[in-house]
Amino acid sequence: MSNSENRKLESGTPKGPLSDKWTDYKFDSKLVNPSNKRKFSVIVVGTGLAGASAASTLAELGYKVKAITMHDSPRRAHSIAAQGGINAAKNYQNDGDSVYRLFYDTIKGGDYRSREANVHRLAEVSVNIIDQCVAQGVPFARDYGGLLANRSFGGAQVSRTFYARGQTGQQLLIGAYHSLMRMVGQKKVDLLERREMLDLVVIDGKARGVIVRNLITGETERHVADAVLICTGGYSNAYYLSTSARMSNATAAWRCHKRGAAFANPCYVQIHPTCIPVSGEHQSKLTLMSESLRNDGRVWVPKAQGDKRPPGQIPDSERDYYLERIYPSFGNLAPRDVSSRAAKRLCDEGRGVGRSGLAVYLDFRDAIKRDGRDAVAAKYGNLFDMYHHITDENPYEVPMRIYPAIHYTMGGLWVDYNLMSNVPGLFVLGEANFSDHGANRLGASALMQGLADGYFVIPATLSNYLGATKLEKVDTQHAAFTEAENDVKASVEKLISNKGTRTVDDFHRELGKILWDKVGMGRTEAGLKEALQQIPKLREEYHSGVKILGDKNDYNQELEKAGRVADFFELGELMARDALMRDESCGGHFREEHQTADGEAIRNDEKYAFVGAWFYEGAGKEPTLVKEELKFENVTPSVRSYK
Amino acid sequence: MGSHSELNSNEPKSMTLTLKIWRQPGPQSQGHFEEYKVDGIIADMSFLEMMDVLNQKLITSGVDPVSFDHDCREGICGTCLMVINGAAHGPDKGVTTCQLHMRRFNDGDTIVIEPARATAFPIIKDLSIDRSALDRITAEGGFISVSTGNAPDANAIPIRKENSDLAMDAAACIGCGACVASCKNASAMLYTSAKISHFALLPQGQPERTERVLGMVKQMDLEGFGNCTNTGACEAACPKEISLENIARMNREYLRAMLTSRK
Repeated sequence: MSNSENRKLESGTPKGPLSDKWTDYKFDSKLVNPSNKRKFSVIVVGTGLAGASAASTLAELGYKVKAITMHDSPRRAHSIAAQGGINAAKNYQNDGDSVYRLFYDTIKGGDYRSREANVHRLAEVSVNIIDQCVAQGVPFARDYGGLLANRSFGGAQVSRTFYARGQTGQQLLIGAYHSLMRMVGQKKVDLLERREMLDLVVIDGKARGVIVRNLITGETERHVADAVLICTGGYSNAYYLSTSARMSNATAAWRCHKRGAAFANPCYVQIHPTCIPVSGEHQSKLTLMSESLRNDGRVWVPKAQGDKRPPGQIPDSERDYYLERIYPSFGNLAPRDVSSRAAKRLCDEGRGVGRSGLAVYLDFRDAIKRDGRDAVAAKYGNLFDMYHHITDENPYEVPMRIYPAIHYTMGGLWVDYNLMSNVPGLFVLGEANFSDHGANRLGASALMQGLADGYFVIPATLSNYLGATKLEKVDTQHAAFTEAENDVKASVEKLISNKGTRTVDDFHRELGKILWDKVGMGRTEAGLKEALQQIPKLREEYHSGVKILGDKNDYNQELEKAGRVADFFELGELMARDALMRDESCGGHFREEHQTADGEAIRNDEKYAFVGAWFYEGAGKEPTLVKEELKFENVTPSVRSYK
Repeated sequence: MGSHSELNSNEPKSMTLTLKIWRQPGPQSQGHFEEYKVDGIIADMSFLEMMDVLNQKLITSGVDPVSFDHDCREGICGTCLMVINGAAHGPDKGVTTCQLHMRRFNDGDTIVIEPARATAFPIIKDLSIDRSALDRITAEGGFISVSTGNAPDANAIPIRKENSDLAMDAAACIGCGACVASCKNASAMLYTSAKISHFALLPQGQPERTERVLGMVKQMDLEGFGNCTNTGACEAACPKEISLENIARMNREYLRAMLTSRK
């Protein structure tokens, strides 16, 4: 589908001073008058924070909205699992926060690999998000005076994180879900559950619809619209083991990529420092322990290598509180990429704890002594319980054992300032796009971005598109729908009729291991080149060797997974290719060739201050790289120091 | 992944279990219990990881795997409800199926696994059920009507901490339907009342309190959920330990609405 004139990427960032850009944009943008909005139809794929907030807001404005989710209910989306909180530049704590400071922290936290204008807009609307959520009835934590409470997160020296116990994502998603169900009840949103988007329909170069598979009946359906919003989250599950939910996948985004949408910075993957370590080969997913725990928990390993004493028998003088030692100004709240690498380095030195030696301690002894057990339980009770259930160890009595794990993907479909991909009419919101977090996302910023995109950005940018674009009248009988549906049916048929011997999970686990070892926390030229050999080879084996039972016209969970894993193979290869191309270390992308003597990342701004966006060129062909240069007009990229 | 496994120092004790699992090919078909043996189950596995082991084995031997719904596997999405040895989410208090671990069972145990059964939750296949009735209850008033952009400053209305905390307790509901599955009347009162409480406890919820409770209760009845006879089975089964007090609050809200509604 792609042709060469599509291969230009313009960010479309408005002119003018940074702090005026979004205001000016809104004033200059085309509007659709209220009575005309009902003439436009919008498909929203995914109903997590970004999708549910976008679908409800657009329906409130009057657009005809179809919301599509693969889940049985919009409330199941994985946004629900976010624990710690959501950032906003409210400065309620009077500790010197501001929109500019949140902007600055996010740009620096992203290791100077994001677009200034997008990030500033995010910081600006952050304050509106909190207002909106409180008005919806989101029960954020409060002080005894009845006002909102805050806590701190990594990479910031102010308290700007709003939270609802350890279930902030749940409460924000339920808020967006309530708004969405209100619109469903008023018949302003047509909610289609248990449907998976398997292709994008492009007509005259514009996104005009989707092909979905009804997961219960197996039937394919055609849906037409004037714009399509992809709000389907990230691709952490390419690694098999991650903190994502089991159904989280990249298929909707990847199929858009194959229809011409550029995929940006696929190698930028976040590895979260505080997850419960793997307990064996049976492991099906990893569980995060919120970053907020590092407000009170202290991270340490024994000073001596191979010290196998139980933690309680190791005196303070023989403990290395290494984050406090190495990064005294941020201490235990050093950002995620920095903390993860420090943990890996110490474990590689043989100072890791637990039976495998691949864990460090997160210790609450001092917080419990200082504030009392009840105060600690009030803040983190549900997280402590979760840890206890999984490990059978009581974190009130023994320190948690934690280790880094794949948690979030900063890369995603390329979007311009409008959150529109290079395919006109195809918008991408939330984790599915690449835009705001650069090479590393700060804690409590994913919820902020998902809701910023859905509640506040898309209403303005979508009307600008619809108001300025001439859209031909098309229906689902158009040849492009037939072609896309036939492609979908053929790929489903190919998988189900395969006569292999190995299960989907078996292949997925093997792919995940290649990615974790070679495109994980530490990457090398040699390792990435090996991965680029191994992944295509395993992919070929997959397509001849995978075994899927049952019928395609039925609820068939193995068949669903098989399609997603087929896409992870292709995306996994692109991740390795992007990581090899980016011959520098930045944020979550750590090329071992580029580090200081004490293991800190060395960026190369002269050569790599760009967004790397890849275009699909067809099966078996090398993708094309297009660079969007990043210009820093307000912040000067410097060596990111948290010392 | 072996490269970063947290292996047990003592070779983990491996269990062999007999599973009696409800198999039903589709909504209209006749279901029955099927018996399977699984071995190599270790204490650290979650219940769903044990189900994964079974399904991998079934696929390899050419038998259709058991259909069961699950997603986050960390106890928050509410997808994974199944009935284990007669109890919704199994024997542990305050946990979902995905957070139940095999250390709770012994070598040689027989475990009976079936879907939640309620008229309002039709079976889709095996252990997978359709709980969209709960969403339809929500659509009839489980919200505050505040369109995006209309909100005052978040700190404009102080909220008593106690009320805010109680609202949070109610809002912790994960919509799994364990309350319905464990109630002899298949009542959805705990689910519905948790939502009504959440809003009734907050100042923002006041303007719509009458329409909310009337609309949601009406839809609950239309969906075919039963009434409440105060046995408390729902509270006991709830993985988030949502309190029965919410039902009392809903009843008060309902009575008040009946007396004051102008409709």
